[in-house]
Amino acid sequence: MSAEHEQHPLFMPIVFVGGLVFGFGLALSNMAQPEVVLSFLLFEDFGLLFVMFGAAIVTGITFFGAIHFLDSAPLTGGRYARRLKTLDKNVVIGGGIFGVGWGLSGICPGAAYASVGIGNLPILYGIAGMFIGAYVQGYWRSSTPDAEPAAAKAD
Amino acid sequence: MILEVHALFLAILAEPFPNGIAHYAAGGVLVGLGVTIIYLGTGRIAGASTFLESTLSYGSSLSRFQQYRPSRDWRVVFTLGIVLGAAVYAFTLGGGVWVTEVQPWRLFLGGILIGIGTRVGKGCTSGHGVCGVGSASPASFVGVATFLLIAIGTAQLVQAVGVGI
Repeated sequence: MSAEHEQHPLFMPIVFVGGLVFGFGLALSNMAQPEVVLSFLLFEDFGLLFVMFGAAIVTGITFFGAIHFLDSAPLTGGRYARRLKTLDKNVVIGGGIFGVGWGLSGICPGAAYASVGIGNLPILYGIAGMFIGAYVQGYWRSSTPDAEPAAAKAD
Repeated sequence: MILEVHALFLAILAEPFPNGIAHYAAGGVLVGLGVTIIYLGTGRIAGASTFLESTLSYGSSLSRFQQYRPSRDWRVVFTLGIVLGAAVYAFTLGGGVWVTEVQPWRLFLGGILIGIGTRVGKGCTSGHGVCGVGSASPASFVGVATFLLIAIGTAQLVQAVGVGI
């Protein structure tokens, strides 16, 4: 298992720049503020719809264009592909558990990382919780033989 | 549920965007652009919640986390970029440091459920919501519909029973 960044010297810089833009966008959209996310979930401000769908429209155009008109990624030589996961009961069960957590706290993973950047240190309670939760499910699924194999590379 | 639908219509009729939409839409486009930069350069699709498990692989030998070893280094770099990008916003356009008043127990307990749910459910708001929807993936449409509806129900319920922010 070789690390994915060994191919090209610009691999890590590109990932970092992408992260910078991603994080700047999350902060600009106020998604890094749990109060704003909660105000959306409480129907007080529907602006957050523009964040998720605005971003999805951009990635939709990118994915479509790259898959149809470009050959392969310059820094890795990898083929362009869509993000497709198997639709099974885990998507619904996991989505439901995530939904309870999101509705209780007003945070999600990317927005929580961005929240650290705006100096919101109490968010570390949330990020600590995320690591604990990720570990718990990993522990459980590593010891369950019928757990999904390596195919389930979720984001 | 009926109460929720009622509240939804009232809110839409009243004022759906009390803070405008410009910064929401611009922020969303930038989030999509961040994914685009990484995708066009490397072919990798960057979601935020895989970082949790890929980072755990540094300290845990559980088989579940080992599958993420090849991507764990760049996922750390991606997350550091997110933190720094948000910091750049805070100290340029934003008004400096901002601190939440949401109670720590809500953040912590919510975080635990988010850690479990996003990993079992194969994605979060960025993986399913941005990259999966952008891929027109049926699993992501189902995932987004599920976590969005459940989150709305949870937030409304928590408020209805009188739990403070």
